[in-house]
Amino acid sequence: MPYDPGPDVVEVVRAPKGGPVRGTYRAFGETLRGMKTVLGRWAEGPHTYQYPEEKTPVYPRFRGRHKLHRFEDTGLEKCVGCSLCAAACPADCIRVVAAENTPDNRVSAGERYAAVYEINLSRCIFCGYCEAACPFDAITMGHDYELSDYNRSDLIFTKEMLLAEPLERTPLRSAGE
Amino acid sequence: MTVLATVGYYEDWWIQLLKALVIFAVVFQFVPIVLLAERKILGRFQHRYGPNRVGLFGALQPMADIGKLLFKEQFRPNGSVGWLFALAPAISMFTAVAVLAIVPFSNTVDIFGTQVGLYGIDPSIGILYAFAFGGIAFYGLMLGGWASGGKYAFLGSMRAAAQLISYEIAQGLALVGLIMMAGTLSLTEIVQYQEDHLWFILPQFVGFIIWLVAGFAETNRPPFDLAEADAELVQGYSTEYGGGRFAAFYAAEYLNIIVVSAITVTLFLGGWSIPGVDPPTWVDPIVVLVKTLLLVFLFIWIRATLPRLRYDQLMSLGWKVFLPLATVNALVTAILVVET
Repeated sequence: MPYDPGPDVVEVVRAPKGGPVRGTYRAFGETLRGMKTVLGRWAEGPHTYQYPEEKTPVYPRFRGRHKLHRFEDTGLEKCVGCSLCAAACPADCIRVVAAENTPDNRVSAGERYAAVYEINLSRCIFCGYCEAACPFDAITMGHDYELSDYNRSDLIFTKEMLLAEPLERTPLRSAGE
Repeated sequence: MTVLATVGYYEDWWIQLLKALVIFAVVFQFVPIVLLAERKILGRFQHRYGPNRVGLFGALQPMADIGKLLFKEQFRPNGSVGWLFALAPAISMFTAVAVLAIVPFSNTVDIFGTQVGLYGIDPSIGILYAFAFGGIAFYGLMLGGWASGGKYAFLGSMRAAAQLISYEIAQGLALVGLIMMAGTLSLTEIVQYQEDHLWFILPQFVGFIIWLVAGFAETNRPPFDLAEADAELVQGYSTEYGGGRFAAFYAAEYLNIIVVSAITVTLFLGGWSIPGVDPPTWVDPIVVLVKTLLLVFLFIWIRATLPRLRYDQLMSLGWKVFLPLATVNALVTAILVVET
C-alpha cells in the first residue's frame, strides 16, 4: 500500500527508481551536469572584492563609526552636551562633560556644549541608540568600518576625531547592488 | 639466477643517472605549479580569485607555503612511534617518485649521436612496477596515521587502508583488457600499439572509466578523500604532522596526481602520439606533459564538483560496481581478442 499524503499534497517527489543501467546513466549524466555547472561558475567570473585595495561598499543605513556634526552655515557644533546619548548607550561607552557657552567662546548653538565628548569604540556595539536618542541629530552613525588598532587606548575617540571628516570615504552601495 | 624482469633498452649507467635526474627535475617543477593551479582553479570554480597576493598573480604562493612549512618546528606527539612517524612521509615521497621512472615521454631518440630512451626505465613488467609501488605507497599513509598515536589519524589510516586496497583490485582488473589487447606490459610498447591502432580510451572505455575513478581513490583525491576527510577527521592520517614532514606528504599527494595522470595518458590517451600528425621527436615530451596537465585539470574539476562519498557508498561502489564491471570488461575483451 503506497503512502497517501492526503488531498493537500499536490506532488510527492520520490527517489529515482531504475535498474543498474538507468542508475549508471543517471550517475554519469548527473556527474557531467554537475561538471558543466561548475564550469559555468568559472565563466561567470569572480564575485569578490579585492579588499584592501577595493573596499566593500556599505548600505546607506550601515552603522559604522560615529560622526559628530556641525551646522553647515554657522560652523557651530550641533551637540549641546545633554548626555542623552550617554544615557541611551547600552554599552556605556559614551562620556560627555558639558560646559556653558559664553559670548566670547561660543561652541554650540544651545546654552551649553560638550567640553569632553569621548566614545570608547572598543566597547561600542554599534546599536545606533545614541543616534536615535540625540534631539539635535548631532551624532550619527557613519560608514567607516576599518576600526582596528594596536592599543585599546587608541580606540577612545575624542570630540575632535569624531568631528573630523574621515580621510577615506567608504564606498556606498548603489541601488540594486 | 632467475631473471625477474628484463628492460626493453639498455643504456650506460651514467645515461641512466642523467635521465633520472632530468626527469625528476622536470616533473618535480610541476608540483608547485599544480599546487598553485589547484588553488587558483578551485577559486575560479567558486567565484573567487584564489591566491593572488604573493608575487605576480600569486605565482610565488607555493614557494611561500613551502618556505613556511620548512621553517616550522619539527614536532611529534607524545604517543607516537618515532621512527615510523619519520619514515611514513619518506615512503609516500619515494613511491611517488619511483613510479615516475616508468612514464615514457618518448621512444628512443638520437641525442648527440647516442640513442637515449626518453623514460627512466622500460621494464618488461611495466604496469606491475607501478602497482607494486602503488602498493608500497599505502604504507606511507597507513604508518603515518598509525604512528601518530592520535585517534583521528588512526581512523584516517584505517580508512585509507580499506579504501586503497579495495580500489587497487578494481584498478588492476580494469587494465587486464587493455593488456590483453596490447599483448604487453611494457608502457612504451603499449604507446606504440596505440600509435598503430586506436587510443585505448575508445576500445577500452569502461576500463578507462574504472581506472580513472580508481585513480581518484588511489591518490586520495575528492570525492574519495576519506582518508583526509577534513570535515570529519580534521586532516586524517596527516593530522599530527607539521612542518617539513607535512610538506613531504603534501608534495607526495600532488606528485601522485601528476604520476597517475601521466600513467593514464600513457595507457589510455596514446602517450606521445597525436592521431593523424607525426611531429618531430622533440615535441613528444611536451605532448605527454600537456596531456598530463589536462588530466590534472580534470582532477581539480572533479574536486570542485563532487561531494565526498560516505564510507559505505565508497565500499559498495568499489566492490559491487567496479569490481564486477572490471571483470566483465576483462572477460568480454578476452573473448573479442580471441575471436579476431
